[in-house]
Amino acid sequence: MTDLAGLTIAEARDRMRKGDLTSADLTEACIKSISAAGVLNAFTTETFGIARAAAKAADQRIKGGDAPDICGIPLGIKDLYCTEGVTSQAASKILNGYKPQYESFVTRQLWDRGAVMLGKLNMDEFAMGSSNETSAYGPVTSPWRRKGSDVALTPGGSSGGSAAAVAADLCLGATGTDTGGSIRQPAAFTGIVGVKPTYGRCSRWGIIAFASSLDQAGPMTRTVRDSAIMLAAMAGHDPMDSTSADMPVPDFESALNGDIRGKMIGIPKEYRLDGMPDEIEKLWSDGAAMLRDAGAEIVDVTLPHTKYALPAYYVIAPAEASSNLARYDGVRFGHRARLQAGDGITEMYERTRAEGFGHEVQRRVMIGTYVLSAGFYDAYYRRAQRVRTLIKQDFETVFASGVDAILTPATPSAAFGLGEMADLDPVKMYLNDVFTVTVNLAGLPGVSVPVGLDQDGLPLGLQIIGRPWQEADMLNSAYVLEQAAGFVSKPAKWW
Amino acid sequence: MSIDKNTARRVAHLARIEVADDQLDRLAAELSNILGFMEQLNEVDVEGVEPMTSVTPMNLKRRQDVVTDGGYQHKILANAPDAREGFFAVPKVVE
Repeated sequence: MTDLAGLTIAEARDRMRKGDLTSADLTEACIKSISAAGVLNAFTTETFGIARAAAKAADQRIKGGDAPDICGIPLGIKDLYCTEGVTSQAASKILNGYKPQYESFVTRQLWDRGAVMLGKLNMDEFAMGSSNETSAYGPVTSPWRRKGSDVALTPGGSSGGSAAAVAADLCLGATGTDTGGSIRQPAAFTGIVGVKPTYGRCSRWGIIAFASSLDQAGPMTRTVRDSAIMLAAMAGHDPMDSTSADMPVPDFESALNGDIRGKMIGIPKEYRLDGMPDEIEKLWSDGAAMLRDAGAEIVDVTLPHTKYALPAYYVIAPAEASSNLARYDGVRFGHRARLQAGDGITEMYERTRAEGFGHEVQRRVMIGTYVLSAGFYDAYYRRAQRVRTLIKQDFETVFASGVDAILTPATPSAAFGLGEMADLDPVKMYLNDVFTVTVNLAGLPGVSVPVGLDQDGLPLGLQIIGRPWQEADMLNSAYVLEQAAGFVSKPAKWW
Repeated sequence: MSIDKNTARRVAHLARIEVADDQLDRLAAELSNILGFMEQLNEVDVEGVEPMTSVTPMNLKRRQDVVTDGGYQHKILANAPDAREGFFAVPKVVE
């Protein structure tokens, strides 16, 4: 018998509606899995009391008929989301013990629709990282291991706790956030599906800000169908976020008809990197063949400014972060440094931030401060914003030529070992985002789909980039890829 | 563009992050390395290109200019490291 916690959201929904499964039992199964998986360090706060109460209410609602799709589904929530009365600290010491007095818009929608919160999930501090190693809670360990090895691997980042929890069957789905690849890279590393919607599809209100023009919330699940269900429950207009789109949310699930005949799928030549592993190259061409076999037309496209996306991102994201993180000053919430006699408010700010922010966050705040400072603003920040325009125009040109979606690798490699990147220069770590970051800069939707395993038995994913607001179409292509690839591998349980 | 120790000190202060003097050389080297990576942007011809300021073209919504929220001082202060008599407390700012 499959463990209940290993069900897909769609299976669980259908069985609960038929009356042969209760959310209470499903929730207990997840609680049991979580309790046995402490070694993964995926959950940072457990909210089992809240979960049990919500499950009970969901069962009533399902019995009454007409319950939303997400009703009764146990989920994990990234620590970046503010959840009322439940510790939310963006995996940072500077928000030690912070209990929001309000609920983020996205999680409010999930709870209103009957979803069940199991707890908060680990991540890189303030979502700055690609390996979960910058977390103040310590890193998450991936449930995956290389064949014949017990080396601890990263689940990726920054939504690493979300990825590990979904891959290890601790919850049926999890929320993530994606600023440069933070949903799609960990999804690819752990063999699950991760969706970064079009900028503005999900409200950012109540999600602790990293880089406001790039941040987007999205679902992380075991199947494309589950992501379609969960995204529909997360998305929607919110007057509290002025960039949230006031447009109807389509029924993403009903768009999954598996028919992509006549669709034009672009293959961007600039994503073929020097020194890219053969396995990734092969995965990519296999993926293109699968879509072609399903009736899509595969065309070569060019996105000439791709090479400049990472450097532009590492100007823009830290610049926005330096501004957003200015609020952590030891006055209104979180950590305040102990002061010496004679210390004034400047010492309080400086010591609080030195003690509260981890190394990578400090580095990015300082880079952001520098590129925005007088005399350097034009040379760095303004130039990066102009390059960003060109990157967006690259995509607009491709889409205007009739291309419906773009297929790329999700990551330049499979998951690496925890600590393996520690001694390298930070720019090496930034390269993890090379295939995903363009999508954030252009505000587009992207989805990572597990397609195969590498020679060590680790998952590899491909990314499909859609037209703005065409998540439904993008998810349908992802669904075709998922069905054709037939990826069913699960990490062998060692924990 | 490489950053020297004094610039590193200035940036740390602008960012309001305390950095010990003996850490400034390391910081300067790290920042220089990252800025070096960004130098690639100078290869791009951005003549006549408008900087991107809005991800999705949209008009900001308007609403009535009325109070829609507030009246929960205790919630605002609930997470403060030091709150007294309904206010945030900080070290003396004005002499």
